[in-house]
Amino acid sequence: MKLSDIVEKLSLEVKTCKAGLENEVKGAYVSDLLSDVMGNSKDGDVWVTLQTHYNIIAVAGLKNLAGIIIVGNRPVQDEILQKAESENVTILVTSLTAFETAGKLYQLLK
Amino acid sequence: MTLKEISRLLNASVINDSTDIEMDIQSACSADMMSTVMYYHSANSLLITSLTQPSVIRTAEMAGIKAIVFVLNKKPDANLIELAGLKNIPLLSTPFCMYTASGTLFEAGMPSCFGK
Amino acid sequence: MALDIDHPIEGSFQIIGGNFDTAGAASSQLKSKLVELNVNEDVIRHAAIATFEAEMNVIIYAAAGRLSYLITPTYIEIKIDDMGPGIKDIEQAMQEGYSTAPEWVRAMGWGAGMGLPNMKKNSDEFKVDSVVGEGTLIEMTLNFPE
Repeated sequence: MKLSDIVEKLSLEVKTCKAGLENEVKGAYVSDLLSDVMGNSKDGDVWVTLQTHYNIIAVAGLKNLAGIIIVGNRPVQDEILQKAESENVTILVTSLTAFETAGKLYQLLK
Repeated sequence: MTLKEISRLLNASVINDSTDIEMDIQSACSADMMSTVMYYHSANSLLITSLTQPSVIRTAEMAGIKAIVFVLNKKPDANLIELAGLKNIPLLSTPFCMYTASGTLFEAGMPSCFGK
Repeated sequence: MALDIDHPIEGSFQIIGGNFDTAGAASSQLKSKLVELNVNEDVIRHAAIATFEAEMNVIIYAAAGRLSYLITPTYIEIKIDDMGPGIKDIEQAMQEGYSTAPEWVRAMGWGAGMGLPNMKKNSDEFKVDSVVGEGTLIEMTLNFPE
């Protein structure tokens, strides 16, 4: 499934890197801890988190994640969005909670 | 949904003795950042997390979380189990990751705790 | 409903910086006190959350601090003062998502940049005074419902 399909089905707002919407999503990973995502996420996962720290961009890049979904309407600072844009990381936002986002993705991706 | 049902769906083990497995859980919250648990809290909910330090129990106590599921087979140490016992907070441990645990419970009809 | 007490009740607890294992002990004791006095459940939860966030800030950033409270028939006042680094820009620190916490703190589930916003959200009156290099004083008041 493409990231764009998930954007449509979950009504996500696209914040950065529209080109990434063509990415193939192979799975999902839900965590707010960078070390957990570094250790356990897989190539092509879409990452669901409420973490908005600067380093999420580097983690998404290093792990080759399909995109980041920031949940709970968390505000994302402009400098983080700029960094994501320049490093080709797609950031999507939603008002859904992490639990709901995970639940809906689980039904779409299985 | 009862804790018994949750534990069956998640292949989870119950960590503390004297847990009331018929306890009714009305919503779930998946998070590792404790402040957000307190921000989005709703009473009688289940916390799904990968963190196992005592401040997780304190967060549950303050936010009115009824029970906690630790993902990725994480097991807390004896101090945390004792603290949870004092506060009557049941602890479960599931081999699933947060994504699968959340997805499984969502699919079985568990509502989310309130969003913003 | 006003609280059925003859005199205001005061008390305080010490908070030791850096100790994550006992983090929340002071807030928990205050919460027990409020439960004992039969305070409205919502007020208890709001007070517990606001106090715990303030206590965590002392544990994360300061060497030591003190939590003191005053319970009257109509409101509760909570003060947390610490010997910490102080807050340079309070307005910025009040923004949701802004945090100066180091990675090891975030790895323990704290430092999401919601501490001060959570304190404000859960109290009726909220005030921060801070001097860089000296410390921070947080004052919160929660009114009991009519």
